[in-house]
Amino acid sequence: MSDFFTLSVLVATAASGIRLATPYLLASLGETVGQRSGVLNLGVDGVMLLSAFFSYWVVLETGNLWLAVLVGVIVGLVMGLLYGFITVVLNATQGISGIGIYIFGLGLSGLLFRRQVGTPKPVRRLPNVDIPVLSDIPHLGAALFQRNLLTYLAFLLVPATVLLLGRTTFGLNIRSVGENPGAADSLGVSVERTRFAAILIANSMAGLAGAALVLQLGIFQPNLTQGMGFIAVALVYFGAWRPVGVMSGALLYGLVNATVLQWKALGIIPVNGSDLAAMAPAVLTILALVILARRVSAPAALTRPFTRH
Amino acid sequence: MLLALGASPVEGFSAMFDGAFGSGSRIAATAVKATPLILVGAGITIAFRTNVINIGGESQIIAGALLSTVVALNLPDLPAILLVPAVLMAGLIGGGIAGAIPGALKAYASVNEILSTIMLNLVMVRFMNYLLRGPLIDPYEMEAGTRIPQTQRLSDNAMLPNLIDGTRLHLGVPVAIVAAVGAYLLLWRTPTGFRLRAVGHSADAARAAGINVERNITLALALSGSLAGIAGAILVFGSEGQRMVTDGSATGFTGSAGFNGIVAALFGGLHPLWTVPSAILFGALLTGATQLQRVLQVPAALAVALNGIVVIFVVSSTPARAWIQKSLTDAGLFNRRSDSGTKGPGPSRLGAGDLPDSSEGSGDV
Amino acid sequence: MRSEQRLLEMNGITKVFPGVVANDSIDFDVRYGEVHTLLGENGAGKSTLVKILFGLYQSDEGSIRLRGDPTEITSPSEAIAARIGMIHQHFMLVPTLTVAENVALGTASTRRPFTDLDLVSERVAEISRQHGLAVDPSVEVRRLAVGERQRVEIVKALYRDVELLVLDEPTAVLTPGEVDDLFVILRRMADSGHGLIFISHKLREVMSLSDRITVLQNGRVVGTTTPAETNREELAQMMVGRSVNLTPHKPKREPGEVRLEVASLTVQGDREGVSVDQIDLQVRSGEILGVAGVSGNGQRELAEAIAGLRSIEAGGSIRIDGIDVTNENVRARRDRGLGFISEERMKDGAIAEFTVAENLLLLEHGSKKFTKRGMFAFGAINQHCEKLVEDFAVKTPSIETPTSSLSGGNIQKVILARELSAKPKVLLACQPTRGVDIGATEYIHNLLIEQRDLGTAMLLISEDLDEVLGLADRIAVMYEGRIVGIVPTGEASRSRIGLMMAGVPEQEARNGP
Repeated sequence: MSDFFTLSVLVATAASGIRLATPYLLASLGETVGQRSGVLNLGVDGVMLLSAFFSYWVVLETGNLWLAVLVGVIVGLVMGLLYGFITVVLNATQGISGIGIYIFGLGLSGLLFRRQVGTPKPVRRLPNVDIPVLSDIPHLGAALFQRNLLTYLAFLLVPATVLLLGRTTFGLNIRSVGENPGAADSLGVSVERTRFAAILIANSMAGLAGAALVLQLGIFQPNLTQGMGFIAVALVYFGAWRPVGVMSGALLYGLVNATVLQWKALGIIPVNGSDLAAMAPAVLTILALVILARRVSAPAALTRPFTRH
Repeated sequence: MLLALGASPVEGFSAMFDGAFGSGSRIAATAVKATPLILVGAGITIAFRTNVINIGGESQIIAGALLSTVVALNLPDLPAILLVPAVLMAGLIGGGIAGAIPGALKAYASVNEILSTIMLNLVMVRFMNYLLRGPLIDPYEMEAGTRIPQTQRLSDNAMLPNLIDGTRLHLGVPVAIVAAVGAYLLLWRTPTGFRLRAVGHSADAARAAGINVERNITLALALSGSLAGIAGAILVFGSEGQRMVTDGSATGFTGSAGFNGIVAALFGGLHPLWTVPSAILFGALLTGATQLQRVLQVPAALAVALNGIVVIFVVSSTPARAWIQKSLTDAGLFNRRSDSGTKGPGPSRLGAGDLPDSSEGSGDV
Repeated sequence: MRSEQRLLEMNGITKVFPGVVANDSIDFDVRYGEVHTLLGENGAGKSTLVKILFGLYQSDEGSIRLRGDPTEITSPSEAIAARIGMIHQHFMLVPTLTVAENVALGTASTRRPFTDLDLVSERVAEISRQHGLAVDPSVEVRRLAVGERQRVEIVKALYRDVELLVLDEPTAVLTPGEVDDLFVILRRMADSGHGLIFISHKLREVMSLSDRITVLQNGRVVGTTTPAETNREELAQMMVGRSVNLTPHKPKREPGEVRLEVASLTVQGDREGVSVDQIDLQVRSGEILGVAGVSGNGQRELAEAIAGLRSIEAGGSIRIDGIDVTNENVRARRDRGLGFISEERMKDGAIAEFTVAENLLLLEHGSKKFTKRGMFAFGAINQHCEKLVEDFAVKTPSIETPTSSLSGGNIQKVILARELSAKPKVLLACQPTRGVDIGATEYIHNLLIEQRDLGTAMLLISEDLDEVLGLADRIAVMYEGRIVGIVPTGEASRSRIGLMMAGVPEQEARNGP
């Protein structure tokens, strides 16, 4: 255990943690926007799997990382169109339709992988980009400022989301539609269009998250996410539907994961304990949900379809 | 999708149909495949009628399977007439506990049950993998060094008896149907079910009338879980391999029955009795898919993807189906019980002439 | 003042919903500078008519002319653009947003895509000053009291420069004093040229505020008149179609022993602070103790505490028939003879999706009378329910009808049937005739008096002062969680109670204006 507490190991763990937090953060931020508008999207994991697969495939075939990222976002957007249609136009039960997307994404991504690729082949990974000056700060610089571009993007999107929700008309609409859609409607705000737009944002970001996941790992296999998308949804609750809170949750997750990996590498966790260790994130989520559940309140109209009678 | 994969859809469907219903033994196989879906689905309907969404079928199946396996490992010499009910009971209890936990968390700690049941799914799969690779592993595996996560061969006395010789049709099938009927009777013919439905429609009104809302929410998830737990026991003790085995993946043991059961329930309009034909349809889909693979060289994973599409289709068609059900009800074909249709979240409709719900004005925080 | 050109003309408006004709060939017009009241029972069609005006519904037949020009209004945005504003009965405010954000919602910002809330706040402050409507733009709406929220609604409308303003039952949440203040504001708006449509069923107010009154019954216009040409009894008759006794007949009765006793009751509210503050009450068998007061002064929390739905602070106690039930749950209190009619029937009084029979059974579903070997005995159940429906004159196609199809008055009767048939020793009745039409109100009032005569101790909590004055033997007035005074009904006057409702202590109120 004392091996763990050396500075270099800690720094490496922190760096790893920030990297691992990236897909969580991206997916969660998107989900936050969606949920603030009253829409619960449980299919995030499925969207992430699909976008991860397509991103992976693009890199495998073309070697172009940024094209892969773009494709990932587009996959998310397309899924967003589908989910938007189901939720806003057809007013389906959101919890279950989300699970449907999950099952679909899980199955399709696995199917396509087996047919198109077969066995996992490693690909190029996202390169780290050092930020000048800042990355020279001892220790902290290595952890924070030598990450890849998607990670920087993810963290920049946090203040962007705060700005979007708090200072734009669109953000005002989102917040009102999520709390009292009837009031918004009576003032001429289109509940349908606002929610549809929020769903597109949420799913595109889930797509981006999937791309980030696979391009950071450099490899794909069926069910790559292992439930990460669901944890991203839970993170929205932790963050009390605020971008900054969500960011802290994502960081926490990233760090926990990084720590577990480090402990395995150092031998602190024995091999046959690896299954139990893998339980850690999920158990952590449940605990945190229990502790936090009382104190936070969801957008009032969350999961409620809106119809003007 | 079949077209995209280079196969003819017509051939595909006929292969599936043949695969599912082509012979006596295949019909039995379909029924066996449908059995866990009926159980999980019936459980889901109980939960849903109490306004609790149970996505934890996977974890409850696993919990039931594990507990029943432990019982069989420890009491191998008990006569079948005692052991079979014992393992089924163990399944019921195991699944019940796995359901009661998120139920209590929702009831007493306001934890969203969708998230907690999903988390529990993730936890239970890992836990099962740990047990099947560790304490419960077949000793021969250890010796042979192959480390397949499976238990040793379980006692013959625990296996579910076959009902028709030469087929795989075992006791589990009628058990499932009885359970579905039981769920129906519970919900609409007993005071307990009355309370569950009351809580499901309006926890506030139920509470004001003296009903213990928390206890009923927990009960709903526990009941839902126990039915899934029985399905878990049936998966083990109706299996050909006569052991509990997984391949390490998330759905290696359950075959996604926990999720498929949700789909079956949805397609059955969240009514326990309609879940039965719906589950048979899905069992057919899954059995037929294996035939599809054999005949047309299409991977069985297609079925999983198809599953998802069906879910989406089903859920999107909810409004359409509600309209169909309403027309059927008006025509007198449906049960006269008014709330036997699908119920989704949303404000209840008020009749003409009534003031809209005054929740905005007074319930302010 | 009034001019002859019409601001609004609605001609031949017809709107049909499945099973009911909500509006049947209605002609309705509003002049500049007038307050035109739409009067009618629930279900008469007033809400539907104004929703058509506001673009929330589309009429099946008929036409609308605004300022002389034919107009089609297909959405709230178009209505707003046509300078029509609506103050809904249930506030259309987003609680988590500030006043300024609520006012700005739906309007175009000068700094698109960003919001310009500072400019909005300035304008709000200006409107506030101009019209005497005190609001603070930066406060979150959820922190505002009900009266303040209504002012925000009016500011919202004025911000959008409305010319025709519809007010849907605006006085439900105001004290008599606040109603007067509101009417002053409305009168000023009318005098400055606005046209106002005032929807109400409170005859007293209608007589006091209106320039013209149009009465609707069952979707049709029964007649249009002015306060000078009519009176409350006539209006009631037009609304219902028969003569209605507006004051219930209440024989004098000697109350018996104390059945319900509440001592030092203190209850935490949902917001900060205490909503019920050291209340002492006793209710005797055979008496009705009315609790008057404007909503939001702790009545709901008081009722919930007595019913067992809300916990109370240490030191307080509740006794039924002398037995301490302070720590007992709802079921236990019901078993001791507590009946409860909650103030929001569709929230916790009845279950909309349940059939009439199932709602009737909500209290006694577990009883041996109705089960055989663990399962329901439908024969006994149906018999019991049919009888209740008959005894309580519930208008329903059958006992298997979903309760949501019934009118508000009939749903309330179902709830009463359920509670009263359990023969309660103590009955807690909250807003028993809220949203109920005049005919059913009459019926329910008689029912409650009958129940009192049978010996039940009744605590009647109501915001409708007429109801309290008509039914109660004694009146307690609640203000900010305290009882300001308890007065025998014989000695109570509207003005006196009105002052107490505004917080003036009993002594001063007695000597008041």
